[in-house]
Amino acid sequence: MNALFFWLFSGGMIVCALAVVLNRNAVASALCFTFAIVFMAGLFVMLSAFFLAAVQILVTAGAVMVLFLFIIMLLDLSAMEHIPRPKMWMGCSLVLALGFLLIVAKTLAGTPQGFVAQSSLRTPGQIHAARNEMETGDAITQSEVDQRDDTHRIGYLLFRTNTSNGRTSYVAPFEITSLLILVATIGVIVLCKQDERPRPKPREEITREAPPVEPKETSLKT
Amino acid sequence: MEITLNHYLAVAAVLFVIGLMGVVMRRNLLIIYMSLEMMLQAANLTFVAFSRFNNHIDGQVFVFFVITVAAAEVSVGLALIVALYRLKRTTQVQDLTTLKF
Repeated sequence: MNALFFWLFSGGMIVCALAVVLNRNAVASALCFTFAIVFMAGLFVMLSAFFLAAVQILVTAGAVMVLFLFIIMLLDLSAMEHIPRPKMWMGCSLVLALGFLLIVAKTLAGTPQGFVAQSSLRTPGQIHAARNEMETGDAITQSEVDQRDDTHRIGYLLFRTNTSNGRTSYVAPFEITSLLILVATIGVIVLCKQDERPRPKPREEITREAPPVEPKETSLKT
Repeated sequence: MEITLNHYLAVAAVLFVIGLMGVVMRRNLLIIYMSLEMMLQAANLTFVAFSRFNNHIDGQVFVFFVITVAAAEVSVGLALIVALYRLKRTTQVQDLTTLKF
């Protein structure tokens, strides 16, 4: 049963990913990418990462892909679709891909199988529960946390401030990420702000080469 | 058939390679950007698989950060593409030759 779902999700994901790359229509490839993300969320569920599966669907399949589709439809790319793909780059990418896959296959073939099979039989929290039986940290002990589901464990790891026993705390990276998002928000507003100054030279050259873009300009100004 | 860590790593490698091929092969900036995102997702899958099979939750926290940073990165990158489209009226990489000499 587990294997069936694994092959279903991973096969669907790879087919959708191939469709993203090979599709000529940008909107269709964006939709295929959304499906690939949903399949990957299924793989996350199979790896018992339920919180990340939900985040994956909400953030990546929801917010990010809506943004992608919005931009694709806003820019009206249908006029540029007819440019053929260069054959040289296709061969180059194939060589690159096969080389990378060869390296990965060689590495995976050298991996000891016993370690993997043994680990996959354990339930989440079993190792740490045994190891941290004696250690008591905050009001809630580590072994208690490890018995819970992944959302509790991620939250505990993200927000705990007691690092006396030498474990990592992710409070500082979390706060720095909030700063990063603030910077990204301001950056997007600055980049997309319509400036009132006259346009620089390169654009005039472009419009002289391709005159029929004039009607589109007014719709984009809003 | 038992699904092991190697299966997940192989699937992630295939996904990464497809993303890489998209970056090299395609000429549309938006598709290239989507392929980059796909490579990030392949890395996420390896993180979660290692986290599950080694029983360390730290990998999942890392994926959480990666998803957050990727969302911020996508917003900035798409804003750049829109600004570029306003300036040049194109999103094809072969038309962006300002730095070429």
